[in-house]
Amino acid sequence: MKNGLTSLDPGPEGLFRGRTRRDFLRAAGLGGAALCVPALIEGCSQDSVTGVRGGQGNQGTATTIVLDFSTDVGVLNYAYALEQLEAAFYVMVAASFAGDLIARERIVLTDVRDHEVVHRDFFKTALGASAIPALTPNFSSVNFASRTSVLTTARVFEDLGVAAYNGSGKYLKSAANLTVAGKIVSVEARHAAAIRDLLQPRTGYFAGDDVIDQNGLDRAFEPGAVLQAASPFIQETITVTGV
Amino acid sequence: MDNLSLLDSVNPEIEDRILSRRDVLTKGAKASSATIAGFALASVPLALAALAKDVFAQGGGLPQNIIDVLNFALTLEYLEAEFYNRGADAGIIPAADTAIFEQIRKHENEHVAFLLSVLGHAAVPKPTFDYTAGGGSDNGPFKGVFFHFEIFAAVSQAFEDTGVRAYKGQAPNLMSNKAILTAALQIHAVEARHACEVRRLRGNFSETSPNEGWITRNLTDIPGTEATYAGEENTVQLGINVPSITSVALDEVTESFDEPLTKEQVLAIVRPFIVGL
Repeated sequence: MKNGLTSLDPGPEGLFRGRTRRDFLRAAGLGGAALCVPALIEGCSQDSVTGVRGGQGNQGTATTIVLDFSTDVGVLNYAYALEQLEAAFYVMVAASFAGDLIARERIVLTDVRDHEVVHRDFFKTALGASAIPALTPNFSSVNFASRTSVLTTARVFEDLGVAAYNGSGKYLKSAANLTVAGKIVSVEARHAAAIRDLLQPRTGYFAGDDVIDQNGLDRAFEPGAVLQAASPFIQETITVTGV
Repeated sequence: MDNLSLLDSVNPEIEDRILSRRDVLTKGAKASSATIAGFALASVPLALAALAKDVFAQGGGLPQNIIDVLNFALTLEYLEAEFYNRGADAGIIPAADTAIFEQIRKHENEHVAFLLSVLGHAAVPKPTFDYTAGGGSDNGPFKGVFFHFEIFAAVSQAFEDTGVRAYKGQAPNLMSNKAILTAALQIHAVEARHACEVRRLRGNFSETSPNEGWITRNLTDIPGTEATYAGEENTVQLGINVPSITSVALDEVTESFDEPLTKEQVLAIVRPFIVGL
């Protein structure tokens, strides 16, 4: 488990490595050339806000989902995707708690499960017919019988969720949508702090120097980096345009 | 890599400003010592992050409404930073909780420094505070705040939960400046982490309501903080009555969304702490 998690951990080093180079190239005046052009799916309608399209690869079951960040629907579907992932994870966690999770840790995880389920159900309703389909999670790297594996994965998801909302707020065009995203991200930040405190109780780890910079700012990730970090946990392929 | 966090959120237009030497020269920006040190060390990301602050600090084009929001935030951060500085000096924080409050204290002082660097000469000065909430009498309802840790922790929780709601309420006012909106969201999340930790600490980490990391309805166990939690019981989001579309119970639905406060609501809450406001 440990090896698997290490390779999946979207810590700042891994996520920023490519971005550092990009920013350096931008600074050197090569910005345009250094920017990645999103791979357009052949035949995918560009005016489709959700852009859901079944893949035609050898595996036959792979699905590619394209999120268009030039619309709020695309951004909110991105949040919906992440909330689906989190909800599915905690539902599995709470369905059969790892034996070494103590009672008050189970209280935290049960609450977090409930909140993530609420977030998922809310976005599904809010998006209505524009919602992306239900995603298929892949938690093969998680040992649900291990407290350490569960809490470490939870920490990754919560910290990533915070960084995802922080980094995508600027793409929203509606103040109402920004506000509702703000209502949710602070709850994700509360989750992140609580889970981190379970891992390293009564220390500064709840808002550790590994996630808060020297300006006192939490992380903010672009959707591409977030989806790259989340991709091992999701069977479907999710890509972003309009960023 | 932490130095990149600001630049990462900078939108293309502002990034052009940051990277355009002509623009900087035209506006008469003076590179700070940090900027110069950054270039001297050939640390490009560090230098760019510092320069970004220099350019922001010109006020060069920052509209008044954004300056107002940032000064509102700065006032709240002054309030928090001095609170934790004085709490640390008072020697009332138990050894077992020192690491937590030192981390919070560090962040609040960093927030002050960050907002000062963004606002430059447009920054408001630090007011005089009365942490008893006595409006300058030092005899308010939280009298003893720097003598009794339980009172200190209760005021801390109220400040953090208020801070979360304050930043959330201002986010729509920052939409015209993506870099500053993102930075505000990044601070907002840190305040929420603080709030969660202090709430749980006050319940000795037993995870029993209302001393959980999240806010259930508008519950508070701190007399005099009702306004800080008013409205947190809301269950309607984007016109959707959320309890009607989920199997999760109502209390947990309200915990799932933190609600914003307007600037006026926040000022009403903090006014007793700020002398002359």
